[in-house]
Amino acid sequence: MTPRIQKLREESLNAEPRISAERALLVTEFYKNHLAFGDSVPVQRAKAFRHILENKSICINDGELIVGERGPAPKATPTYPEINVHSLQDLDILNSREKVWFRVDEATREAYREVIIPFWKGRSNRDRMMEALPKDWHDAYRAGIFTEFMEQRAPGHTVAGGKIYRKGMSEIISDIEAVISKLDFMGDPLAFPRLQELLGMKIAAEAIISYAERHAVILDELASSEKDEQRKKELEGMAQVCRNVPANAPQTFHEALQYYWFVHLGVVTELNPWDSFNPGRLDQHLMPFYRMETDAGSLTKEDAVELLQSFWIKFNNHPAPPKVGVTALESNTYTDFALINIGGVKEDGSDAVNEMSYILLDVIEEMRLLQPSSMVQLSKKNPDRFIERAVRIVKTGFGQPSIFNTDAIIQELTRQGKDIADARNGGASGCVESGAFGTESYILTGYFNLPKILEITLHNGYDPRTDKIIGLQTGQIEDFDTYYQLLDAFRKQVNHFAGIKVKGSNIIESIFMEHIPTPFLSLIIDDCVSRGTDYSCGGARYNTNYVQGVGVGTVTDSLTAIRKIVFDDGLTTLTQLLLALEADFEGHEDLRYRLIYHTPKYGNDDPEADEQLSDVFEIYYDAVNGRTSPRGATYRINLLPTTCHIYFGSVMQASADGRKAGKPVSEGISPVQGADSHGPTAVIKSAAKIDHLRTGGTLLNQKFSPSFFENEEAIRKVASLVRSYFRMDGHHIQFNVVSADMLRDAQKHPENYRDLIVRVAGYSDYFNDLGEDLQEEIIRRTEHESF
Amino acid sequence: MQGTIFDFKRFAVHDGPGIRTTVFLKGCPLRCLWCHNPESWKPEPESAEREIRLDDRLYREKEIIGRKVTVNDLMKELEKERLVMEESQGGVTFSGGEPLMQPRFLLEMLKACQENAFHTAVDTSGFALQEDLLRIMPFTSLFLFDLKMMDMRKHEQFTGADNQLILDNFRWLMQQGKPVRVRIPVVAGYTATRDNLTATLEFLTPYAENLEQVDLLPYHRIGMHKYDKLGICCEMPGESGKPDSQEMDEIYSLFNSNGHKVTIGG
Repeated sequence: MTPRIQKLREESLNAEPRISAERALLVTEFYKNHLAFGDSVPVQRAKAFRHILENKSICINDGELIVGERGPAPKATPTYPEINVHSLQDLDILNSREKVWFRVDEATREAYREVIIPFWKGRSNRDRMMEALPKDWHDAYRAGIFTEFMEQRAPGHTVAGGKIYRKGMSEIISDIEAVISKLDFMGDPLAFPRLQELLGMKIAAEAIISYAERHAVILDELASSEKDEQRKKELEGMAQVCRNVPANAPQTFHEALQYYWFVHLGVVTELNPWDSFNPGRLDQHLMPFYRMETDAGSLTKEDAVELLQSFWIKFNNHPAPPKVGVTALESNTYTDFALINIGGVKEDGSDAVNEMSYILLDVIEEMRLLQPSSMVQLSKKNPDRFIERAVRIVKTGFGQPSIFNTDAIIQELTRQGKDIADARNGGASGCVESGAFGTESYILTGYFNLPKILEITLHNGYDPRTDKIIGLQTGQIEDFDTYYQLLDAFRKQVNHFAGIKVKGSNIIESIFMEHIPTPFLSLIIDDCVSRGTDYSCGGARYNTNYVQGVGVGTVTDSLTAIRKIVFDDGLTTLTQLLLALEADFEGHEDLRYRLIYHTPKYGNDDPEADEQLSDVFEIYYDAVNGRTSPRGATYRINLLPTTCHIYFGSVMQASADGRKAGKPVSEGISPVQGADSHGPTAVIKSAAKIDHLRTGGTLLNQKFSPSFFENEEAIRKVASLVRSYFRMDGHHIQFNVVSADMLRDAQKHPENYRDLIVRVAGYSDYFNDLGEDLQEEIIRRTEHESF
Repeated sequence: MQGTIFDFKRFAVHDGPGIRTTVFLKGCPLRCLWCHNPESWKPEPESAEREIRLDDRLYREKEIIGRKVTVNDLMKELEKERLVMEESQGGVTFSGGEPLMQPRFLLEMLKACQENAFHTAVDTSGFALQEDLLRIMPFTSLFLFDLKMMDMRKHEQFTGADNQLILDNFRWLMQQGKPVRVRIPVVAGYTATRDNLTATLEFLTPYAENLEQVDLLPYHRIGMHKYDKLGICCEMPGESGKPDSQEMDEIYSLFNSNGHKVTIGG
């Protein structure tokens, strides 16, 4: 790492996340003064975007090579009052909460009190949504059955493809003009709305070119007063870069990165879309520039690495926009999920791993930053050297990169009807979501609490926490004579709530289609321009909506426990069991012990437990898959939680798998915390019983102690564990390299860590099976090894 | 055909190449002081008490250590790991105890594994009848052979039996042309003395070229709590028996410089 990257990295790490009112004030000024009075909504939105870019402050950090900040300074985070206007109380919470805080200074509070809140209160998109959504939606939402992604953020959930590396904005403007000239006002009833969309897109494209020019002007000024000759030359060069891109297609490695970054800023300034934005297959996009320039001698590997590191710091300077309420609970992190994809296959299906793939992995390891997130796509066509290199970074224990199955992703996407070339150009974004990069709008609508629905089923439609009947009356538990009657009642409830969720999402989508088009984002994703249709209105080539199932492990183990203890063995009745759950096992400790230690558990390659997993999967899949949305998207399922498994557990009583009230439910498709006691190969065998190819992504977490990866042999074995899982069509796996804190927790709560394998001394063992003195020794060693 | 096992471990990564499943056969003729698997000693299933803590309660359960299994039972379980074994070029390891204490069962298992195309390893103390070794030879892909003490008297003192049979078996095995890895428990003050290491090296010198590898297994005291559980008096060496990393490095270099491929931990 060069000294200046070290300095910039340090500054980025030390910068305090804070709220900047700049964008909110500009957008308020724009609408308050009717600066686009009478214009169509898309044109209004485009002009609002231009107004922000023309007036926002420009920040160039000392020594950096890639320029542009979303706010006035690193980690100064804008807000989006047209989506959701924060109250003064929200600002206080953001300022003072312990985790994921944002500092709010007095001037910002005042701007909110005097200008922003008075204008937007009751007029934000959130207000529109909440008013339009029906009572059954509100009841289920309050009960914690599901969350709603569009409550505080805009739909985004998409990734840049290769277009921007081939086309400058000027050329995209020509494309727009060509489409306009061919609009059929005779035969196409939508020709006029298309014209409005296209005019909006053109304004947005022009706005980003001028925004880059504003940077060029300031870079020239900085250059003229710069004493250091080398930096002076660099600043002049950077000014030239900002004049070349995004106006024109990039000609150099530097220009390619800077172009993407302006696009990124455009997307996250226009709105606060989920998962910010993402360059996707960065090694594929950059390799041609790298090869061309290194061949010509105009770029060294060291130069390229420094540019990439400067680029990396840009991501880290941009925390996710502030979230409050349920949105903060479901995604409680500064990470904004820009997930760099490395590896995979090329459009023609051949191995895509290249020199740039390894350079990016080096950058990830050296930068060790929270953002951007990173992952490797592993196809059966990729070499072992590639996956082993990735595992060596995993071992250092900062949770990156995660590992994805390219061959599964391609099958998932083609099953949904995508062209194979588009599927091969895709990957995973956000946490684990499959998408066709540059051509798909794949919107996550919210998390869905499967174990909570079992709780509602056991209560015949009643939610004990909000004290309301919110579900169907599917029968009193006394009347369930067989397990299948209970399972059928559960199926009906899942269908019922999935229906409520999808209806609500369709209402919300209609509101976004009408009020919040995204002309800038539409420039980047095909085929919005050629169709003259906005990204939010179905302009993308492919449109998908996801509902993300949470707590698969918890609901599976709960059903298994009920089946075994109540219906097979007759050891207790459903009524008795429910009493114990309502009492949070107080006075029923022996029953809880039996539930935890003497019923089969998902994650052990045990058919007796995994059968319920398949039932849960089919029930959830049938309830969601294939429903349609107003913009023409198809609803699909995926299985991931971000941090929502904690929130979903907090709204629940105790559950039949032995989980206590309020405790987290299982995350992703991982087994219940600690329930897998037969090692990782049994876990992947169980997890592979899910039909991953019918989802749009699943998340599997495995815990290892750092010492486990001690030598090359061990790294090869972990790599072959991954290959085995992927051969069975597993979608994703990540290795959580444990911390000393986690080991301490394992000493206190061994029941949650029955799966934890540690390397002892020429020997691996379950942590729980070690004597206390040995546990202490391993904790001390882990404290030593981890960074 | 039935045998008695005391453990069946999937994702075993230190008992031979690749990801393996290790089947632990019950019964051992030796009583090594440093043994971390005292539950392997007796050939028959035995009962013990297991303690499980849940919140602040302690649950005690009777636990039977060791179970009778058929070849079919085990083959069904092994089949579950086939894909992982194939992908990692792993296989099945038979360990113990001393697996050759159940020679017929071991033979049947090895035959079944070969029929089903599983790579097999047998981890033996070498304290077994040569004719039994001969019988399993055609069905064994790899031998893991433990060498402990070279001095006959000390061997008897620390393991309960002298080493003549073991060393004879080793010499004989090395002439059979099967892949062999040597495993040496490194116990400071016991096996890891200058004398014993030098003698071991000397003993191995003629085989340096034919040996696949030497695994040095640093002594640990994980098994200590098992002695209590089983009601066996624990004579395991204390903390001082654990070699430190510098000692391990020295021993590693010692073997390495004598032309052996060495691992720490296997």
